[in-house]
Amino acid sequence: MSTDTIEKPVVKKAEPLLSKRRKKFVTDPLNDDNPITIQVLGICSALAVTVKLEPTFVMSCSVVAVIVMSNLIISSIRDIIPNRVRIIVQLAIIASLVVLVDQVLKAYFYDVSKLLSVFVGLIITNCIIMGRLEAFAMANKPYDSILDGFGSGFGYAWIILTVAFFRELFGSGSVFNFKVFEAIGLANFPTNGLMASPIGAFMILGLIIWIQRTKNGYVEH
Amino acid sequence: MRRSNLYIIAFSAIMTIVLGGLLSITAVGLKPMQQKAIRLDTRKQILGAVMQLTGKEDVLTLYDLRTKSLVVTATGEVVKTDKDGNPLVAEEVNVGKEYKKPVEERLLPVFQFMSESDPNQIEAYILPVYGNGLWNKIWGFVALETDLNTIKGFSMDHKAETPGLGARITSKDIQNRYVGKKLFDDQGNLVSVEMLKGERGDPSLFNEHQVDGMSGATLTAKGVNKMLKNYMDYYRPFFKRISSGEELTSIQ
Repeated sequence: MSTDTIEKPVVKKAEPLLSKRRKKFVTDPLNDDNPITIQVLGICSALAVTVKLEPTFVMSCSVVAVIVMSNLIISSIRDIIPNRVRIIVQLAIIASLVVLVDQVLKAYFYDVSKLLSVFVGLIITNCIIMGRLEAFAMANKPYDSILDGFGSGFGYAWIILTVAFFRELFGSGSVFNFKVFEAIGLANFPTNGLMASPIGAFMILGLIIWIQRTKNGYVEH
Repeated sequence: MRRSNLYIIAFSAIMTIVLGGLLSITAVGLKPMQQKAIRLDTRKQILGAVMQLTGKEDVLTLYDLRTKSLVVTATGEVVKTDKDGNPLVAEEVNVGKEYKKPVEERLLPVFQFMSESDPNQIEAYILPVYGNGLWNKIWGFVALETDLNTIKGFSMDHKAETPGLGARITSKDIQNRYVGKKLFDDQGNLVSVEMLKGERGDPSLFNEHQVDGMSGATLTAKGVNKMLKNYMDYYRPFFKRISSGEELTSIQ
């Protein structure tokens, strides 16, 4: 597999910080090229951490941090990385960043890190991150890579946050641990056990993909 | 571009050293904060067995004010020092690690919850319990009234029980089912409190040694039953010494 899948643009004069081309790096993964719903990557964690919004939010932040940082690092050293061991180098950098994030969570957000437990560590195997490094950061400049990282990170984040919103609302009757149904006087509103189990996430994810593809007219080739 | 093997080896070696160094520095640097977080979490769980924490109070101060702890063995003797002669702190005894040892060698922490008005008056005994759920470990803290028979509170947590089913042991409405239940019968035999199969929803259906089950989580409930009974059995010699008013002898 070659690393030059994305053509290196020849920049002649200084490009504006947020040119049209660069804006696309951020906006594309949010919708048309979403890592979860279009590329169908990172499903494992999307199912596992979305029972409640709070851990999902922390997970999103962790993934965005890891993907942006690793994109930046890989992109900065892309010219000195030996091609034959590039995957190992990418993996080593992702793994180190994930361990860093895990350590910080354990120190400052112990309750949430207990909830996320093994899934923070599993960010290492999140295909979205390695996919971006291999497909983008290896062939593009650091600043563009950062933008691309934010794009993919947010694309991942908004999907899992949406899934978590519905799962927490119907599975536990709350939003960010705030009991919504009790607050509006429906204390007896039945919670749905299906939503609390990973199958619920599958269904919501399926619905999101359905709605999105109907709107975009995207067809699997 | 093809690079020489030497370059690749050198690159990998330098990368390993840089990343390894970075990780060790962070691990060492964040250790005090992490230990503080763990200490706080243990104390929250212990206090959670006897009171409803709102999350606003200063747990560490409250804990120091209201609890006195000791470590006992399964024969009821108080242990003051560990194998190397260092003083033993009950809060730092890792119940999960002790669980792997044979019962006679286990260290069993006891947390005494003191009365707010009289700091020498014990209000409840809080005892850690540990066992296997359906998928992985479960653990908790049982708070007993001073008669060492009536359950005052039970906080439980788990590693990987099924969300919405077995994981419900962490919810207050399941834990509150244990409040007021008795461990021993009139003859003083350990009956423990059993969580039944199925969920009927009517508390009046159960006697003082039974609680309502969790629908769809019978195997987790079995784990909870076993854990509670086992640990109450281990603490039994200690209970006997307390209730007979015997001086607690300590071994080194």
